[in-house]
Amino acid sequence: MTGKNAQNCNNNYLKYVRALDPPTKHFKNCLAAFGVGGLICTIGQFLRYMLEYAGLSGDELAGTVSVILIFFGCLLTGFGVYDRIGRHAGAGSIVPITGFANSVTSPAIEFRTEGYIYGTAAKMFNVAGAIIVYGVFSGVIVGIIYYFL
Amino acid sequence: MPTEKILEILFMYFKAFAVGGAICVIAQIIINITSLTSGKILVFFMLGGVVLTALGLYQPLVDFAGAGATVPISGFGYLLANGAIKGAEKGFFYAVTGSLTAASAGVTAAVVFSFIMSLLFHSKTKRN
Repeated sequence: MTGKNAQNCNNNYLKYVRALDPPTKHFKNCLAAFGVGGLICTIGQFLRYMLEYAGLSGDELAGTVSVILIFFGCLLTGFGVYDRIGRHAGAGSIVPITGFANSVTSPAIEFRTEGYIYGTAAKMFNVAGAIIVYGVFSGVIVGIIYYFL
Repeated sequence: MPTEKILEILFMYFKAFAVGGAICVIAQIIINITSLTSGKILVFFMLGGVVLTALGLYQPLVDFAGAGATVPISGFGYLLANGAIKGAEKGFFYAVTGSLTAASAGVTAAVVFSFIMSLLFHSKTKRN
């Protein structure tokens, strides 16, 4: 099977796949994302109030809230619960800071079989590395602009 | 506690839910239309947070919705840009280092907890 015949076969196969693919449920997806994302933010707000009551404030307060949320994001990823939530919630589980934690923990666990250095440690920054690179780079640009303004 | 204070707190929860949920819905709509991967969504939303903060548009949202604006990844961008802006007032050195200093808590937590989890858990076969 060469040339045109192969291409024809590919096209037929793509048509077949699209026919079997379930239609994306846009509205249902958005509703799930809204509910789960909103709930995680509400938990964050609850932690804010609790820690504020405990006497924290300013950067320490905001930082501690993120650290607690990241901890639970990592823990739930470890138990395999977070991926199950993510299957239904989509962006609702990706966009909150717990999704960032998930993107770090998930490859760290998955690639442990490749060793602790090239597996866990190196693959940990698969997605987080991109976030840190572009975050730091854009942050430096913002800092320099504000310095000279 | 007076009733007014309780109502204010409940309203704050509502605002956090609405704004945080709305940010996730925007991401979900983008995913539905363009089928971007989660990594790209995270990077774009973080950059969005940096740009909006630099333009002074994100701070009002944080004042309005609290955790609803700081918990999504765009809040991480807000943290980075805010650190750089605050550092710029102190001098050039702090303008450059300010962003990563502000993000240090989040990055440290993610790295340390993830490493601990990788020691504790085995990868699970994905049941899709």
